[in-house]
This record gives sequence, C-alpha cells and structure tokens, in this order.
Amino acid sequence: MPVWQALRQELHTQGFELVTVGLDTLGADGCRNFIEAAQPQHPSLIDQHHVMADLFGVVNIPSSIWIDEQGNIVRPAEAAPAPPKDASEDSGPNIDLPAVMPPRLVEMMGEAVKIPNSSVDYHAALRDWVAQGSESEYAMDEAKVVQRSRPRNEDTALGHAHFELATQLEMDGNHALAIKHFRLAHELVPDSWTFRRQAWSLEKLGDGPISRFWQGPNPENPEDWPYEGDWLADIKREGAENYNEGFKG
Amino acid sequence: MLLKSLSVSKTDFELGTGWSIKPEGACKGDICIPLPESSIDADSGMLNVNEVASAMNLPLAHEPQAKLWAMGPDSIGGRALSSAKAPELQLPDIDGNEFKLSSLKGKKVLVYAWAPY
Repeated sequence: MPVWQALRQELHTQGFELVTVGLDTLGADGCRNFIEAAQPQHPSLIDQHHVMADLFGVVNIPSSIWIDEQGNIVRPAEAAPAPPKDASEDSGPNIDLPAVMPPRLVEMMGEAVKIPNSSVDYHAALRDWVAQGSESEYAMDEAKVVQRSRPRNEDTALGHAHFELATQLEMDGNHALAIKHFRLAHELVPDSWTFRRQAWSLEKLGDGPISRFWQGPNPENPEDWPYEGDWLADIKREGAENYNEGFKG
Repeated sequence: MLLKSLSVSKTDFELGTGWSIKPEGACKGDICIPLPESSIDADSGMLNVNEVASAMNLPLAHEPQAKLWAMGPDSIGGRALSSAKAPELQLPDIDGNEFKLSSLKGKKVLVYAWAPY
C-alpha cells in the first residue's frame, strides 16, 4: 500500500483521489494492522460482505475501478499492479516470512511470480487518464465499460447471495454454516478468486503472520480441509498465467 | 442484501439493492421493472420479498438454521455493470465512520480493492 500512497500524494494536486477497500469478513480486526502501518491520508474502507463484488464485479485482488469527475466508471474492475518503480514491493500487504520457508510457501511464491503483471502499461495509462481525462485513449465509453465488466447470470448472482449469507454467518460465529454457503458460492461463481481466498483465509494455520496466507490444508491433518480447492492446487490447475487478464488497453 | 424475514420496508430495499420503488415499479437508472400489486402490502407498504425477487429475477439464498436470507444482485444485461454510472458505495473505515463514494464527485477516483490474506 505505501507505493499507492506515494502515487496518490503525487497525483492528488491534479484532482485525483485514491479509495482503498479492504475485502475482509473479519472486518477492521483483519485489516487494522495493515491500515495503521500505512496511516493513509485517503479514504480507507472495510468491506466485510464484499459488496465490491456485487457492485463492481471484483473477482480478484488487487483490483481497481476508475471513476471520472461526473461519477461515471471509465474502466471497470481489472487487475491493479503496484507502480513499476518498486517492483520488489507487492501491492498487497507485506508479511513477515518465517526464516525457514515451508515447501508449500516456496511453491506458492514460485507460482505467484508467474502471474501476469502489466505494471508499466497500467501505470502509464493511469497517468495518461489523470492528465487527459476523457481525452485519454484509456478512458472507455459506456458500452465498453459495461461489456468489459464481468459476465453475470442467474447462477453467479445466486452465488453472490450465498457468499453474503456465508460472510454474515461467519460474523455471527457460525463457522460451520458459513462453510456450507462459501462452498455454494465457490461452485456458482467459479471465476472469483476473492470468494475462494476469503474462505480459505478463515481456515487459519496457527496464529503466526502466515496463518491467513497458507490458504490450504494443514499438512498434519489435510482431511479436515473443508473446501474442494486451495490456492496452490487451484492456481496450478488454472495456470498462473490466467490468474488475471493483464492490462488490455 | 441480508434479510431476517421475507418482508422488507421500501427504504431498506432501496438501500440494500440500489433499486427504488416507484409507482411504475422497481427502478434503477433508466430501467423500471413492473411489480405485481400483491407484492406491496397496501396497509404497511412493506414489500413481499418472494414476490419482488420473482418479478425482478433477483436470486434468494436461504439458511433455515439461522433464519437468514440473502438477496443477490440483478444480472440484467448479463454483466456485473448495466451502465457506466458508478453505483453508490457506502462502507465504514476502521473506526466505523461511514464513507460515501459519491462524496468524491468532481475528482478522478481510483477505487482499489485489496485484502489482508
């Protein structure tokens, strides 16, 4: 997040504002450490039910939506890579990695580096839009914005309803029932990584800094894992190169 | 939107779904979907969720053990967005202060979704 804050400070005088939204059913408790460390000057919000998925079609993180001065979307939800200057810093939160990395984490990082990263193109486009507004070739017209937003049908819409039920059940302390509805959401909205990652992150491995990043079965009792897939299995099956669509201009 | 019963006030429905209840039906932007007369209680003005959901083709998920329902988004046009007009986004910050995206009209805004996992 710090790199995004630097970008926001730079572009703020040009009438630009950044709004960050933490998608986490655990709410402020889940996001607090990252937000307090960042001390943002911009609006920094918490989204426990993933309304960003309902309203904008967010299926992955990090994602962005661009909105112009009139309140019109000019780019629908798409992958939002960190600025290119500091490629070593992921746009997501940084975590303290253990001194000895478990093989699963090594393998996960090996997959993560294969995920498309259009940082240079994305940020050139962003600066072009901030400078030129609707004249920018990267600002889409309404038809293109709608057409580029995620496909949705009755099944995926029902999946969103099950996800909202799941998040509320989790917040109410009813974890077993939450799992039931998370599973239905995963089945009905197979292209949402956030719906999956959210659910997996609630099956914490211990209490350490990697507990929510493990995103898969505990090696000591893998049979207790309540989901069909996990981060590593799913990214291998789908291919890291398909994790997001990259920047398409 | 989450529901603890299958009867909801117009105000809550509007806040939860972004659809306004007008004499011509449920409306958002240029689109209005007619609602059957029976879907609105003449005395209380409360909406019958099953009838409204059916008329608008909104999905309804149910968890009987928790007596909880959730109504999903519409899928008009087969896309997440049915127009370029940014929907209202109202969410709290970590201190619980509510923020509205519409308060930033007049600025270029980048909404950035992230997660701590």
